[in-house]
This record gives sequence, structure tokens and C-alpha cells, in this order.
Amino acid sequence: MKAKVEVFLKAGVLDVEGKAIEGALHGLGFADVSGVRVGKTIEFEVAAADRVAAEAEVKAMCERLLANTVIEGYRVEIAA
Amino acid sequence: MKAAVVVFPGSICDRDCKVAIERSTGAHVDMVWHAESELPKGLDLIVLPGGFSYGDYLRCGAMAALSPVMRAVAAEAERGTAVVGICNGFQVLCEARILPGALLRNAALKYVCKAVDLDIVNGQTRFTAAYGDRREATMTVGNGEGNFFADEATLDRLEGEGQVVFRYRQNPNGSARAIAGIVNGRGNVLGIMPHPDRAFEAELGSADGAILFQSALASA
Repeated sequence: MKAKVEVFLKAGVLDVEGKAIEGALHGLGFADVSGVRVGKTIEFEVAAADRVAAEAEVKAMCERLLANTVIEGYRVEIAA
Repeated sequence: MKAAVVVFPGSICDRDCKVAIERSTGAHVDMVWHAESELPKGLDLIVLPGGFSYGDYLRCGAMAALSPVMRAVAAEAERGTAVVGICNGFQVLCEARILPGALLRNAALKYVCKAVDLDIVNGQTRFTAAYGDRREATMTVGNGEGNFFADEATLDRLEGEGQVVFRYRQNPNGSARAIAGIVNGRGNVLGIMPHPDRAFEAELGSADGAILFQSALASA
């Protein structure tokens, strides 16, 4: 199965890179842009019995390595 | 007195730390490669140096926190041995959950490299006792991700328990409550963003960092 993990800074944590990009977009005339957040995507294959098992395993990976839950949240997508 | 400096792939200040500790304290300093699962016996001080361990892949310090030597470092920290994480070493200690909080990108998105004046907030720790009545120190920062973050409850606890050890007079990177260095609850693990290893002789602009190493080894 294909796993896709998206990691973002939590809502309460100032995303300075997102802020800088937002400012640059405003500078280009895209004045209606707000709330820019920069994250990362991590994709990989995972062998698991089913989607539920895969999701549980990938969540464990997020908690232990892929995200630092002090500052980051994550979303997991599993596709066959 | 016996100290060890851990060397990760991408460590930069490992040699600086060795020389700084030797010249400040006369201690014997072993260099320990990250792949070792055991540390030398009878250590009085373990230093995690600055640099860009594992190329800062994923997050600063994230990969180093999982290296074999860190299990041994965590065990020594648990036993009460003095551990100092400087700059990237501080990031590694946070990633290993040996210290609370995390280090974010600097608020101005810039790498900051300059001398900074620090308040010694807690002069009673084993890392600051040798400063005596002095309540200020000058060291150099060199970081791009030195912006200390923890949630408000954690920050309140750190302040309340005397775990905030160093504070910037002028915050160079946006750190929460201008925090430059903290200790764990037991007081034997210090994480510090400025470099005592770049401030151990007057010729370097400041010798204040030497006192930190002397302090750490004074009880040895």
C-alpha cells in the first residue's frame, strides 16, 4: 500500500516560512492570500494486512519519528 | 576527570568542544562515534556538540536522536551524569525527549552568528555554580534553528522550577521568553544554544564558556 504523510507545524506554532511566503505573494499582487502554512510530504510503500493496519503503523511512525509532536501535527493517507 | 564528546556525521564543533574542555578543565576527553552503543566507563561529563548532524535531515537533531550512542547517553543522563548539548546538541536532546520543547526556525528566517550577552537566570545549577555571584555571561550563537519553543504550560513549569538557566539579553532568534538554555528537572542535563566552546579563552572574545565546563566538572 502507498502511504502519504503530511507534516505541518501546529496551529499555535508560528510558521515563519509560511509568513514570508505569504508576504511575497502579497508583494506579487495576490492580496487575497492568507494563512499560508509550509509543510512536508513523505511518501512510501508499506506492506500491511489491510488499510486499518497500515494506518495504525504509519501513525506510530509519525509519533516516533516523522513528526515532532511538540511542534508538528500530521495527516496520514493510505491508498491501495 | 573524564569527559566524552559525541561525534555524529555532520558534527562541526566536536573538535572545538574537546579543546575547550581540555583547556578549561584539564579533563581527559574521549571522542565517541555515534554508532557506538556504549560510552567509556566512569564519565563525569558528556557533550553533544554543535553542527548539522545527518545534514539536518527531517528535522535538526531528529536522526541523531535515534543513533545507537543516544541510548547510552539517555542511560547516563538517567544515572545522573552531567550532559551538555550545545546548539545542535540541544536540538538532539529535545528530539530525544531528554529535554522538553523544540527548536524552530529563527523568527527572522536568518542564520544568526554573533556574540550575545546572557543573563544567568539560575546560578545554582551544576553548570552555573562556578559563576559565583556573576549573573551575566557572553558567548557566541551560530544557529538557523535556535528559536526555542514549548507550550505555555511547559514554559511556566520551566520558569517555576528554575529550569531556565540562560536567557538572552537581546533575543537573537525569537526564542520563547528569550530562553537560551534549560536544564532537565533533575538538573544534570543542560541544553544551550550559545556556544561555551567558542568562548573559552579571552582571545576568542570571551572566556565565560570555560566557567561552564569548570562548573560541570567541579563535582567530579
